[in-house]
Amino acid sequence: MTDVTNGEGRRGPSFAPWLIKTVATLVTVAVTLLGLLFVTFMIGRVMPIDPVLAVIGERATQAQYDATYLELGLDKPLLVQFGIYVSDVLQGDLGKSIRTGQQVTTDIARVFPATLELATLGTLIGVAIGVPLGVLAAVKRGSWIDQVARLVGLVGYSMPIFWLGLVGLLLFYGILGWVAGPGRVGIFYQGIVEPITGMLLVDAALRGEWVVFRDAFSHIILPAALLGYYSLAYISRMTRSFMLEQLNAEYVITARVKGLSEWQVIWGHAFRNIRIQLITVIALAYANLLEGSVLTEIIFAWPGIGSYITTSLLANDMNSVLGGTIVIGSIFVGINILSDLLYRFFDPRAK
Amino acid sequence: MSETLLDVENLRVSFTTRTGTFEAVRGISFTLGRERLGIVGESGSGKSMTGRAILRLIRPPGRVEADRITMHGEDVLAATETRMRQLRGGRVSMIMQDPKFSLNPVMTVGQQLVESLRAHEKLARSECRKRAIAMLDEVAIRDPERVMGLYPHEVSGGMGQRIMIAMMLLPGPEILIADEPTSALDVSVQLQVLDIMDQLVKTRGMGLIFISHDLNLVAKFCDRIAVMYAGRIVECCKASELHKAQHPYTLGLLNAVPDLEHPRPRLEVLQRDPAWRDALSVSART
Repeated sequence: MTDVTNGEGRRGPSFAPWLIKTVATLVTVAVTLLGLLFVTFMIGRVMPIDPVLAVIGERATQAQYDATYLELGLDKPLLVQFGIYVSDVLQGDLGKSIRTGQQVTTDIARVFPATLELATLGTLIGVAIGVPLGVLAAVKRGSWIDQVARLVGLVGYSMPIFWLGLVGLLLFYGILGWVAGPGRVGIFYQGIVEPITGMLLVDAALRGEWVVFRDAFSHIILPAALLGYYSLAYISRMTRSFMLEQLNAEYVITARVKGLSEWQVIWGHAFRNIRIQLITVIALAYANLLEGSVLTEIIFAWPGIGSYITTSLLANDMNSVLGGTIVIGSIFVGINILSDLLYRFFDPRAK
Repeated sequence: MSETLLDVENLRVSFTTRTGTFEAVRGISFTLGRERLGIVGESGSGKSMTGRAILRLIRPPGRVEADRITMHGEDVLAATETRMRQLRGGRVSMIMQDPKFSLNPVMTVGQQLVESLRAHEKLARSECRKRAIAMLDEVAIRDPERVMGLYPHEVSGGMGQRIMIAMMLLPGPEILIADEPTSALDVSVQLQVLDIMDQLVKTRGMGLIFISHDLNLVAKFCDRIAVMYAGRIVECCKASELHKAQHPYTLGLLNAVPDLEHPRPRLEVLQRDPAWRDALSVSART
């Protein structure tokens, strides 16, 4: 037999590129967050609304006004004000909320878990239904299943979420009475569960308060299903197109030639290849729900970060708005980094 | 040939599209014994479709019709999908053009080899691994244990194709369809890969269908040659008698190959006669 050369060997693990990559990522994150903060800060300051009046009210004396003006540091140049704010943020101080009178960090610790809970459940629903639906639509391309998936996606894309929310409430709460109405939990169950994570479902389960858990679940399921439907539309469309691309690949023919079952061909071979792309899509959908469920939160009177920021903005409570923006921005960046890491885990070519 | 492994009669593959029906294969007949049958033809002549039709791997809207496709007397067209899965890989296997695309990029070589064996034999994973390593050794891969853990992008083209051969021969099929197995490889490793394939097919007494557009290569490696044009077999002869070929298309193909020893200032361009398209298919049955 002729002389045969093997393929090039694996390169040994090297430390330096990994380190450089990490540092580069951190720098990118820092710059992104700083930029985000800068823009939000400036918008807050150039708005033609007097931040002093927002604090002291309209009937205060000139002396009180001047004192507050100095206290807020408004006499300093904008850039200096921004510098002071950033250094406070770095020390974990997001300032005080004018509207609630509490530290912004305290407020966020209260409202963010509510959003996290809602968005997580929504994403889970979107993934659990959207991924199989998308795969099925691709496999049975052109069949009635594909058409149904297309219709479901189209409705999800094009219907305004507040309209769907109101109709959902009307139908499932008002007429059918299957679920509880707006709010996180019924008034009788409020304050029963001592918070651990701040996520009511998790806390109730941890404390063994199953009655509260059921009530909270009945409250969350409709908005979560709504958000889930919204991300389902996106996830299933993307899954379908990723799968179509893979099902035409030659290795799929190889898998069939081997005599594998259709199930193995689809899930064991083709699906394995879209996991990487899918992670990005799901991460984006999740981040989207975390930051963008304002309308849903308002319709369902959900005390989450979306409605917190909106209410604060309308009350000209810029500290709260900035604080909320930092949190959401960090989450967004964090999720992106996480999906990058998973990428490397699932794609042998990225190692 | 004494024993007939595969018998195909009047095979047709057609695709129905919005603009009408396109016939990729238009009624060809051939048999395969424990021999090497070459199918040659230009792009679009229907040679790859023939290979896939035998495995019943033409997806809708494509349709396969034939008066007969039998393997060892078993009717392939009437087989259930479950039986078909046993035949695929177990009885007939196929090697495709480019290992860069035909190996799954996110599975290790070992995973793919083991899976190929486990689809047909109920064996312990460790036993499968052992057999896979032995098979890699047979296709002249050095350090097979290490290669088992590599991903397809970490191996070269020639090596990938040898892995492909190992994977497809592992469950011990009787028929191997090689669909342009060397077209994507460097010229320097083409012969080496063909050698290995040839050796294995010979020692295992398998039947080989070698699909290629390279007439000389096929003439060198096969016992019999069927020349396809526009979905039909226009000529069939023994490889050793290729020089006696009579069909103008075959002659044209032979004539279009440059000769190093007798260089010509201009290569002839194949003149296609529309009548070839309508001529009846020659049977390659023995």
